[in-house]
Amino acid sequence: MTGHPSILVLGIGNLLWADEGFGVRCAEALAERFALPPQVTVMDGGTQGLYLLPYVEDARRLLVFDAVDYGDAPGTLRIVVGDEVPRFMGAKKMSLHQTGFQEVLASAELLGRLPDELVLIGCQPVELEDFGGSLRDAVKAQIGPALDVACEWLTRWGAAPVPRTDAGPRLNADSLTMDAYEAGRPSERDAWRLGDARFIRED
Amino acid sequence: MTVLETQGFKLDNSGKRVVVDPVCRIEGHLRVEVNIDEHNVIRNAVSTGTMWRGLEVILKGRDPRDAWAFTERICGVCTGTHALTSVRAVEDALNIKIPENANIIRNLMQLALQIHDHLVHFYHLHALDWVDVVSALKADPKKTSELAQSISSWPLSSPGYFRDVQNRLKKFVESGQLGPFMNGYWGNPAYRLPPEANLMAVTHYLEALDFQKEIVKIHTIFGGKNPHPNWLVGGVPCAINMEGAGAVGAINMERLNLISSIIDRCIEFIDMVYVPDLVAIASFYKDWTYGGGLSSQCVLSYGDIPDVANDYSAKNLLLPRGAIINGDLTKVHEVDLRDPEQVQEHVAHSWYKYADETKGLHPWDGVTEPNFELGKATKGTKTKIENLDEAGKYSWIKAPRWRGHAMEVGPLSRYVIGYAQNNPEFKEPVDKLLKDLGLPLKAIFSTLGRTAARGLEASWAAHKSRYFFDKLMANLKAGDLSTANIEKWDPSTWPKDAKGVGFTEAPRGALGHWIRIKDTRIDNYQAVVPTTWNGGPRDAKGQIGAFEASLMDTPVAKADEPLEILRTLHSFDPCMACSTHVLSPDGQEMASIKVR
Repeated sequence: MTGHPSILVLGIGNLLWADEGFGVRCAEALAERFALPPQVTVMDGGTQGLYLLPYVEDARRLLVFDAVDYGDAPGTLRIVVGDEVPRFMGAKKMSLHQTGFQEVLASAELLGRLPDELVLIGCQPVELEDFGGSLRDAVKAQIGPALDVACEWLTRWGAAPVPRTDAGPRLNADSLTMDAYEAGRPSERDAWRLGDARFIRED
Repeated sequence: MTVLETQGFKLDNSGKRVVVDPVCRIEGHLRVEVNIDEHNVIRNAVSTGTMWRGLEVILKGRDPRDAWAFTERICGVCTGTHALTSVRAVEDALNIKIPENANIIRNLMQLALQIHDHLVHFYHLHALDWVDVVSALKADPKKTSELAQSISSWPLSSPGYFRDVQNRLKKFVESGQLGPFMNGYWGNPAYRLPPEANLMAVTHYLEALDFQKEIVKIHTIFGGKNPHPNWLVGGVPCAINMEGAGAVGAINMERLNLISSIIDRCIEFIDMVYVPDLVAIASFYKDWTYGGGLSSQCVLSYGDIPDVANDYSAKNLLLPRGAIINGDLTKVHEVDLRDPEQVQEHVAHSWYKYADETKGLHPWDGVTEPNFELGKATKGTKTKIENLDEAGKYSWIKAPRWRGHAMEVGPLSRYVIGYAQNNPEFKEPVDKLLKDLGLPLKAIFSTLGRTAARGLEASWAAHKSRYFFDKLMANLKAGDLSTANIEKWDPSTWPKDAKGVGFTEAPRGALGHWIRIKDTRIDNYQAVVPTTWNGGPRDAKGQIGAFEASLMDTPVAKADEPLEILRTLHSFDPCMACSTHVLSPDGQEMASIKVR
């Protein structure tokens, strides 16, 4: 044990749904590009709900990457801190995965084990309705800036990341890395690619 | 007014239409529309999947050994079970045999998933359909303690303990932070528990929240990482080194001891808390007999948990395999997933096109050509549908059928089949439960029966975990440390064309992946998931699906608070954790709640 407060960096979202993969891709990039002190755990949280509770409870600082519908221009990065991060279902719809993850935060709070500090680094998506698609350019371009913000917070928390010269650990199977995922995509002719927005009601 | 008769149900769509429309993007969207007559009884039910999702569109052309990693992502809840189904499909296609230890470890992971999913489903996703959280604030802690001690010897049961929990809950509610308890229909007359039973249940909600974290560790240890464990075609990706001291990646005695103790605690928690709670809650709802749907007529299970490796025949599967049709429990039919006449998907009422839509297609020959056209009586527009026309096409979910029958899948189906086979592991707990509640066998064919079967199965899975853990230890002690067979890892050893099927019983029901491999790449990949079986639409013959059937003839206490609809839909553990928008007959949003 290092005596430093434990830090969890969580990428939330589904990398199979275009810009919903933003959070996961950020977490992957952070793990690959930076050496991190031992008190930092970087995790691909996917669209998991309560599975993430133990990790959230164990953390004293929580930094979340996610695709967030802030109502901003597509590709805009926005950082939300502490109580501003809406924790409860029924709150104004902010994160696209809020029902799963906000319940995790609410549950941690109910058990009295919410992390002391909470930071959400969110990017406004361009495209979601593209099953099997990857990040759009405007969102992809925000991975670097998102990592910069994350590094600032980690430094403030006494866990300064150090850029790697070698390739860092991969969070996910090789087949899911962004390059392999994009290159292996079936052609448009082979695949009906569009999700269906016809039923999605606007809030 | 048209009244259509099918499967013993009378479908009458003349009453007012209520729409329950979840919006979620985890596993696909589910929307339900019902017609309610002047007595507030559901007389017609329409279940629709509103999201296009097809695995073939992302897997075609990829390496079959990678498919598990993609399938693990299609669902937010049952990651591991899709991965397991995928590696089994590839192994079947390429005739790859896995070592005994790999089979045992996969079973332990699958059983841990069952336990975790069932426990979380009961306490965190479904109990609040039966338990009124706000009423718990009115409970007398002393009486709660007496109630708890009368049903179980679980030690956390003193009046002071329940008082503490009640105070915590009060504080939480008074601060305006209902948190996970928000959006309930608290005070709805369909809630029947006295305040003390509500407090006990909410207390166990919190205990289960704490305990569920332990179960997940089994996946972390065997899968190397969570929440997306690693899988491997040919076995499991974890090495075993009994003498190792904390070696990275290898499983040693310390890790195995941890798993053993988690299994013990699972058995304890389920048998002393979950199952007694189930009985206690059920005892207040004994006359709420609705929601049986297809369960008394047509149920299907592919079976799972092979006792020894590489034998997927019915006699080797510890979770029963079989099909029951037309309510004849004396005959359990054999199920063959390769037989083109058995599992078929129909699209007469789905937004796809077949050359002949009066017939279904086996998944190996599956065709997925979208055809989004609405029935003539649809209200609204193509981009904003108010009411569907179930006489036309109305769902993105295909309608799977077994030998032409609509089937229910899930824990209740598995228990009905096990019961019909006179398998004591399934029959005895059902008989005991019914005896404790003073109910006849037919009571099992209900929403509550579905919920009860899930609890019994959680107990079964915990005890079976002990069995497989002991088996693993015996193997390891005998010197068998093998966990993977990589003889056919190299694609040059594969045939030019191959096809295979992999199956599991996911927590929520039968799951199958059908794969075709051509020139070492995936040529076609079709998954038929449990929620497709249960949530699918009508077929060419007008037969309704399991969700639709389960809602029929259920009275609703308040039409604008369709607690009963959600209660029954939740009892299937539909594969979606998503917010639901409840709409009034004119399409105005009335309330927003959660459906899972």
